[in-house]
Amino acid sequence: MLSRTAESLFWLARYTERAGNVARGLGVAIRMAGVATRLNGEDAEWRSLLTATGGDAGFYRKYPAPTQDAVVQWLVHDPDHPSGILPCFEAARRNARAVRTALTVDMWEALNDSWNHLRALPPEATEGERLPDFLGWVRERVMLFNGAAQDTMLREEAWRFVHLGTMLERADNTARLLDVRHHLLTSGGEGGVDYVHWQAALRSVSALRAYHWVYHDRLDPRRIVELLTLRPELPRSLIACYAAVVELLDGIALAQGGRRGECHRLAGEIHARLRFGRLDAIFEQGLHEFLTHIITRTAELGGEIERFYIRA
Amino acid sequence: MAGSAAFDEMNGLDGDVRGPYAEIARWLRATPREQLYRKREEAELLFRRIGITFAVYGEGGDPERLIPFDLIPRILARSEWEVLSRGLTQRVRALNAFLADVYGAREILRAGRIPAKLVTGNELYREQMNGFTPPGGIYTHVCGIDLVRTGPEQFHVLEDNCRTPSGVSYMLENREAMVRLLPRLCARHRIASVSRYPEELLTTLKSAAPSACKGVPTVVLLTPGPFNSAYYEHCFLADEMGVEVVEGADLFVQDRVVFMRTTAGPKRVDVIYRRIDDEYLDPECFLPESMLGVPGLMAAYRAGHVALANAPGCGVADDKAIYPYVPEMIRFYLAEEPLIPNVDTYLCEREEERKYVLAHLDSLVVKLAKGSGGYGMLVGPHATRDMREEFRARILARPADYIAQPTLALSTCPTVAEQGIAPRHVDLRPFVLASADGIRIVPGGLTRVALREGSLVVNSSQGGGTKDTWVLEDDLVAAVSAEPVRSQSQSQSQGGGPGGC
Repeated sequence: MLSRTAESLFWLARYTERAGNVARGLGVAIRMAGVATRLNGEDAEWRSLLTATGGDAGFYRKYPAPTQDAVVQWLVHDPDHPSGILPCFEAARRNARAVRTALTVDMWEALNDSWNHLRALPPEATEGERLPDFLGWVRERVMLFNGAAQDTMLREEAWRFVHLGTMLERADNTARLLDVRHHLLTSGGEGGVDYVHWQAALRSVSALRAYHWVYHDRLDPRRIVELLTLRPELPRSLIACYAAVVELLDGIALAQGGRRGECHRLAGEIHARLRFGRLDAIFEQGLHEFLTHIITRTAELGGEIERFYIRA
Repeated sequence: MAGSAAFDEMNGLDGDVRGPYAEIARWLRATPREQLYRKREEAELLFRRIGITFAVYGEGGDPERLIPFDLIPRILARSEWEVLSRGLTQRVRALNAFLADVYGAREILRAGRIPAKLVTGNELYREQMNGFTPPGGIYTHVCGIDLVRTGPEQFHVLEDNCRTPSGVSYMLENREAMVRLLPRLCARHRIASVSRYPEELLTTLKSAAPSACKGVPTVVLLTPGPFNSAYYEHCFLADEMGVEVVEGADLFVQDRVVFMRTTAGPKRVDVIYRRIDDEYLDPECFLPESMLGVPGLMAAYRAGHVALANAPGCGVADDKAIYPYVPEMIRFYLAEEPLIPNVDTYLCEREEERKYVLAHLDSLVVKLAKGSGGYGMLVGPHATRDMREEFRARILARPADYIAQPTLALSTCPTVAEQGIAPRHVDLRPFVLASADGIRIVPGGLTRVALREGSLVVNSSQGGGTKDTWVLEDDLVAAVSAEPVRSQSQSQSQGGGPGGC
């Protein structure tokens, strides 16, 4: 496959996944803003969402304070924020258009229809009480795209690069969402404030129900961390994402007669750490340190994949 | 002159329905207008969903817009097509012979049959091609010849497109649309298939591979990218042929060999079907600031390590100033008389002809010698006085840039218009594939239709539309007006049935 094609497939999946993750994070933040202003600083939730989405420096250059309106503008519409929902869809569709023939018709239509809808979106559709509906729509469109890819793509290299993009982005997102709440997950208190945050951490990866099904018990910060990092059953856990990343990279290498590089080694190393790591060790090391390490290595892995398959 | 006197391909000159259109005329009589309009909406939806768009820049509005598709097919009888096919073959052979000659021995210039200045002084002449023979001696592998019709037997070549002609995807998609939208109408005709075009193109491209290439040649299509107006076509053709669509940055040259960057490492490329213009091919050889091309490509080409289709420098054969001499080429190289005549053409550069043109601006069509796409054109009978005066000034300022032709009464075909079915002017662009072992033409081509009443400009950039073009396998309609015997039950497979669409 052409390197440029692989690059576009990888990035269109990353941007699509990112749009869904931002929508999920924003949904949780709105909910929190509704219940937590009295618990917490006025804008703490918006601040941590900006940190989690990784664009806070750009935000503060442009907006005076993290009010709800400013953050929504930044995370949904602002063309200066490449990880915002509209710019993500735009970038995904631009990449898709450049590799039209590598996509199935269903994938193309999922992206193209979303983009056509967003292009004609009236500003009030993301205001006030209508915002949650809009965010729900975004999540549905992302799921439609993922479903289209899952159901219609040949299990060849193109599929592997698409899914690799989705999984790498998802791993990064889970690590970041967990990290912004790391102090609340390690303080050990059981006050009302912490409890709301634990719920929020689970909700932001759509895992609140999953927690109850896995543990049949009340929320506990150590279990939340375990679920989101080490439990393979949860599709958005770090280990689930990394198991997929390793398998996909292996699949690409196998189809090319075993050609491997640093990206394969690095993915294996991160996966091994999650697979054979102990929860106690994570807490001993420090949750923040552990998550920072994962976030940094994930970014490195993205770079190594590009170096080996795209910029070679 | 134009308009009322035009030959209608369905109703002829006397109003009697011509043979090939018998079934269409019956169908049009039997179909309520609302149903036609509904089908037209379905067609638009179909094209929009598939994403067949044509980008037109500098006009605002939707940058990915649809070329309107007209439901009523344009039909040619087998006997008509055979004459055209022979004429097209002859013309493309002569054009290739001409290119080989002007970049080689230059016999036609030495024989004084074409003024040397028009060729070697032409801005489309590429010095870089001197003394180099492309594989198989073929220069223009894919050629689009624009034909117009003025009477039952009267076809003319309006223009040759020897460089990177586009539109063939519409020929294929229009047929696809017809089979989906009007399967029964298709089934009542025996329509010659066009679906082999991508295969024929791939065969042509493979046969263009350098002789040094052993094994199955790796073919790629080189596109300027998604912002090009024909990008959809580039992807479509590559997909149909099963070859990669590459941009300049996907290719690199090492030791005068061309490689593409793939996820499995560099892969050697043997044949490049390039859909970018000469000037952008190689910044080391042509425009140094070009970002679209591949540095070192021409050196690899001249070393015989890669083939380019079409070859650089083909523009000197389709230039409008060279066009009047194509009949002369046919006589010179093939010792034959042209089977499809040219349209009379006046070169404003020549004093006598310029005087004639300036005195007859109200009846002539004036075109830019280097222009394409219907831009910078004056249709005398339809122009205002101010427009004619503007062109007069322009011609006087730069006579060599302009040519003029009589305003032809282009033939018309019935077309779905707002007020019902009405005759609209059409032209035809068949696609001719040339390789060392012969010429291949799929029967038909792209019919373009001027949708505005009385308009003679069919270019898609100027609001023209397209029609499916049917060449009938036999001159009699297959199954006279009866419905197909088989019922339209669920057991019947989708698609064309016996029509061979």
